[in-house]
Amino acid sequence: MSDVGLTPYLIVAAVLFVCGIVCMATKRNAIGVLMGVELVLNGANLNLIAFSRYGQLGFDGQAIAMFVIVLAAAEAAVALAIVLNFYNNHLTVDVDQARQLNS
Amino acid sequence: METVIFTIYALAACGGAIAVMVSQNVVRMAFWLVISLGSVAGLFFLLHADFLGATQLLIYVGGTVVLLIFGVMLTASGPMLTIRSGPGEVVLGGLVGLAVLGMLVFGMLSVDWESQQTRMYSAAAEEGRGERSMGYNPEGEGNTARRLGAALLGVRFDRDLGRNSETLSTGYLLPFEIVSVHLLVVLVGASYLARTKRRRPNPLEESLES
Repeated sequence: MSDVGLTPYLIVAAVLFVCGIVCMATKRNAIGVLMGVELVLNGANLNLIAFSRYGQLGFDGQAIAMFVIVLAAAEAAVALAIVLNFYNNHLTVDVDQARQLNS
Repeated sequence: METVIFTIYALAACGGAIAVMVSQNVVRMAFWLVISLGSVAGLFFLLHADFLGATQLLIYVGGTVVLLIFGVMLTASGPMLTIRSGPGEVVLGGLVGLAVLGMLVFGMLSVDWESQQTRMYSAAAEEGRGERSMGYNPEGEGNTARRLGAALLGVRFDRDLGRNSETLSTGYLLPFEIVSVHLLVVLVGASYLARTKRRRPNPLEESLES
């Protein structure tokens, strides 16, 4: 049973991270931006667990990854509530329409 | 065998993430997000983090994505389903993304992880910390639920037991408490934010009418 090693996991995590970044930057739908955030957090989680398996991080990586999962769930709940409120007020979820503070 | 399974999961995770990025329809984006997150859970299982893989499946795929799909259903009405971003933004975002990806991959390929790891092991052996605190002990591999729960309650099985160390590690009791209170506050706040606002009858108008 051959071992995969650290680097392939890191590359997968980097691809997830970059896809999330591009998603956050280019999507105009607010829920698309939220999905980008989820992808970024997943990439970070994969990095943490890969280092906890192959690096010196040990068991701490898994504990921190669990905190990241919980905080991502909390973030999704609050952000979705904000998006729903925005939709109720503006009847759109286009983030480019949120420019009331722009003089 | 492990390489084959890793390749399948890695391709599914990366392909799902790229499809989330490329797709314009929100519902399809949610579907591809499920594919990507589920494959990342498979990668967690491959990394012997079984409890975290199960948590990923339960909380992310079962909770967060369902929440996002509810958001899509509540907000997607006709033209909102596909909001296209301009071509200039897409090109610019793609270029920046490729640059960041190139930087990350170059950085992680230029580090020699193997020698780094052996050096860490030898340094830890010199300090007197045994093999047990490094990564996993092989007989306990894939059995992480009990140790994770104990670490959240402040006891570190992988550090404290079996050795007469002077320093007891503290575990994660305080962050666990903070995160639980934080989750409670967040859920109360989210339900407060998302409630339907009832228009309060104006007492002045009522007195004028009567």
